[in-house]
Amino acid sequence: MDLRTGTREKQLIQGRVIIAGLGVFFLLLLLISRLVWLQLIETERFATASEENRLQTLPVSPARGLIVDRNGIVLADNLPRLQLLVVPEEVKDLEKLINDVANHIEMTTDHIEAFQTNLKNRRRPRDPVILRDHLDDLNAAKMAVDLHKYPALRIEARPSRFYPYGGLTAHSLGYVGRLSIAELNSIDERQYAGTEMIGKLGVEKSYERLLLGEVGVERVETSARGQIMRTVERDDPKPGQTINLHMDIGLQAKLYSILGNRRGAIVAIDPATGGILGLASTPSFDANQFASGISQRAFQELQSNPDTPLFNRALRGQYPPGSTIKPMLGLVGLHYGAVSWKTEIIDRGFFQLSGNEHKYRDWKKWGHGRVNMDKAIVESCDTYFYEMSVRLGIDQMAEGMAHFGFGRRQGKDVPGGLSGILPSRDWKKKARGESWYLGETVIAGIGQGYWITTPLQLATATVAVARRGNFIEPRYAILSNETPDYGRAIPLVGALDWEQMIDSMEGVLHQEYGTARSSAKDLTYRIAGKTGTAQVVGIAQDTEYDAEEVDERFRDHALFLGFAPADAPSIALALIIENGGSGGTTAAPIARNIFDYWLIDRNEGQALPNLDFVSDTNALVVGNSDVYSN
Amino acid sequence: MRLWSVILMFTVTDTGQYESFKPKRFAQRYGLDPLLIACIAIICLFGLMILYSASAQNHVMLIRQGTHIALGFLAMIILSQIRREIIEQVTPFVFVFAMFLLLAVVFIGVGAKGAQRWLNLPGLPQFQPSELMKLALPAMITWWLTRRSIPPNFPTIMIATVLICIPVYLVAKQPDLGTSVIIAGSGFFVIFLAGMSWRLLGLLSTLALTSLPVFWSMMHDYQKARVMTLIDPQSDPLGAGWNTIQAMTAVGSGGLFGKGYTAGTQAQLKFLPESHTDFIVAVLGEELGFLGMSIMLVFYIILLGRCLILTLRADSHFGRLLSGSITLTFFVYIFVNLGMVLGVLPVVGVPLPLISYGGTSVVSLLSGFGLIMAMQRTNRVLSGES
Repeated sequence: MDLRTGTREKQLIQGRVIIAGLGVFFLLLLLISRLVWLQLIETERFATASEENRLQTLPVSPARGLIVDRNGIVLADNLPRLQLLVVPEEVKDLEKLINDVANHIEMTTDHIEAFQTNLKNRRRPRDPVILRDHLDDLNAAKMAVDLHKYPALRIEARPSRFYPYGGLTAHSLGYVGRLSIAELNSIDERQYAGTEMIGKLGVEKSYERLLLGEVGVERVETSARGQIMRTVERDDPKPGQTINLHMDIGLQAKLYSILGNRRGAIVAIDPATGGILGLASTPSFDANQFASGISQRAFQELQSNPDTPLFNRALRGQYPPGSTIKPMLGLVGLHYGAVSWKTEIIDRGFFQLSGNEHKYRDWKKWGHGRVNMDKAIVESCDTYFYEMSVRLGIDQMAEGMAHFGFGRRQGKDVPGGLSGILPSRDWKKKARGESWYLGETVIAGIGQGYWITTPLQLATATVAVARRGNFIEPRYAILSNETPDYGRAIPLVGALDWEQMIDSMEGVLHQEYGTARSSAKDLTYRIAGKTGTAQVVGIAQDTEYDAEEVDERFRDHALFLGFAPADAPSIALALIIENGGSGGTTAAPIARNIFDYWLIDRNEGQALPNLDFVSDTNALVVGNSDVYSN
Repeated sequence: MRLWSVILMFTVTDTGQYESFKPKRFAQRYGLDPLLIACIAIICLFGLMILYSASAQNHVMLIRQGTHIALGFLAMIILSQIRREIIEQVTPFVFVFAMFLLLAVVFIGVGAKGAQRWLNLPGLPQFQPSELMKLALPAMITWWLTRRSIPPNFPTIMIATVLICIPVYLVAKQPDLGTSVIIAGSGFFVIFLAGMSWRLLGLLSTLALTSLPVFWSMMHDYQKARVMTLIDPQSDPLGAGWNTIQAMTAVGSGGLFGKGYTAGTQAQLKFLPESHTDFIVAVLGEELGFLGMSIMLVFYIILLGRCLILTLRADSHFGRLLSGSITLTFFVYIFVNLGMVLGVLPVVGVPLPLISYGGTSVVSLLSGFGLIMAMQRTNRVLSGES
């Protein structure tokens, strides 16, 4: 090799190496300047970005307020509930995951269906969805062992609403349920950030704002997968307020055990305050099912049940009041001068309008003979009230009866009630576009025809009588910061008339021919009441009504309203037994039983009558109603 | 000319500094370069330290990487003992062998994530033949050019280009964009160092630029997406842009001193992707800050500088060209990886040399340093230094 050529070539290569070295140097400078920009100049920006990555602000749901009865017994509680949650975004094959889970714990089609529903009702992406609710400790442990294999799964304990008395309180307390789309649009999004439950019915609904509490905030550090590593700071939520009810769970249990497996409703109110002591509607259902997300099948079952357990008969059941409204009607008649206490009529068993052959029959075939107001109430004479109604006229009747709350929704904090119908000329014109017939006035006089009322309305009217002409709205809750409610005086008749009417109502039980006299045996206190028997279907002229022969569903409804003790009432109630027959034989004994409990048994230490059966909430689910039979 | 006489002077004084050290004399007897080896060792240990944090204190990974490094050192020492003439002679055979293995990957290769890169031969650990090509190709081009006149004429360059393109195509097809770029670079550097004319270089650059659209159309969708996100990472922050954004966030949030060893939130909370392989330097940047990055860069710079000096001191053309190519390729690794993590280059799968987790890469890199030292040994024997 030529040495000079070799040297030249060597120098050429070395020159290139140095040029390349310089290139390396400049490129390194470029990298270093970029590094300086990132780490020394823009640090703040990236530090913020990194914090935003790592830290998440999460809402902390406040503990929902408890609901307790007048004695402080908890009726709506919060219990931790173990749930298996899944973040669907992190799952490739949901089907396979469900199968894997099913290998560890039981996954029935109901569970899977519930999961699909939850999946559909999600509010935000990346929100965990309940894959399996109500894990017991054993199942939770079985799942926990292999949980590390499934990063998308986690087990969490969430507080969930529990109603210890299940079916006993379902119709009054209502229940909480998942927020619906419609509700989402009307709520304060921020306050509900930490919860997906909202009060749907009853006390849970009317006191939603107080029960909810105030949402807290938590700053947590999360991994890229969204797993929470630790809490950085926390602003505690304010728990919801405890709601004290007038309700007495002992009485409530009594109401349900008396109703048994009959269809019916009872509303018991403290006349002193208007507080609802007990509210029963049978059959009932277990509200806990709803609080935990009821399965489609279970819901369908409840809905298709012919006895309609979801239907709140106490608030929404609209029944003809029958003879139960006679005391109020009598007072209205007295007020407008249609009759006086001394007015007498002759009852031959029917009433006829002049120039009309139609016979409006009394329940007593041969009539009551000479009847004045007192006897008309005690023996529930229909003919007397036919006569009085015609003299009174439908408009005055409607005007007077409106003072007792008929035709309006009742309840200060009782959601979901219906208003019934207080018939009048105006009402018929508006609702039906027809004019009023005199014959309709006649049957309105015994609470039939267009009249419909709810048990709550009847109880409210009873309270007004018990308060001697003072109307107070019924209510569930005792609110500490409330201005006392003294009710409002009903501008009808005078104080003596009210007392007189109450005397007559006492006669219903305590007089020899009172319609409810059989329920007054060995009474140590006095009851003022009124029976009612409401026709379900019209009975044709001159036909005998034979309860034995009529299909059960077409039998009369049995009603009773009253209060006790008559001179200083501590309880007023209205009750209806659907297709129960006559008020005197079916409804009045039930009322007596309740009064006995409230006035005697309760004070003798039997605060909670036979509550064993409610400890198992399943016993309250429809179909197991044999536990109620007495 | 004055400039590199200064550099040559520096190399002389540099060796003079170490004359009294006993290990130095020992090393010299076996043709080893203490400064180079020390730098490599420090970087490797540094890498293990970061790996320990990046892998969430995974001991198994640490031991495995340690084993890889030990293997690599062994390969480096062995290669450094081989005479340059022998290396020259076996080069074509090694190249053909490497080509054969690359072809084998096409037919019987295994892989993951849609790429087929590995060869799983019975009795051998799984490895990537493309790693062998990283050394075989520059050696082959060097072999070819040194058999022709220097600087190379046009036909020589054309043949060299064909030699480069075949393996590059095969690797790009796997697909492994990062490695194919590295291999192409290693071949090109040889031609460049051999004194390819600037005019031709300019011509080729223009040609390359005009052929970019063709190249673009040949790229996989995910590769296109990576390039697009470089231009605007925020265009797809949860998809293709995620890696770049998270890496830049990690490095940037580290600041001057970092968040503390094993305390990087981006890395430890798994916001950072591939935190123990391609993006490992982001862990360093986040946890040890600018200071940690500087320490790493200083050792890289010393290592690169030392390699360039050794290149200048190699006396054969073969040695100079091969050493130079290996050194520059090593730098391309660093540049492409850091460029990707710092958000100035598209995301291509190039590991950070000696630090990223991965067996074959460490072994091939250290083998490269072994070759650089092998080019020195004959140098001294001829000049009678030892």
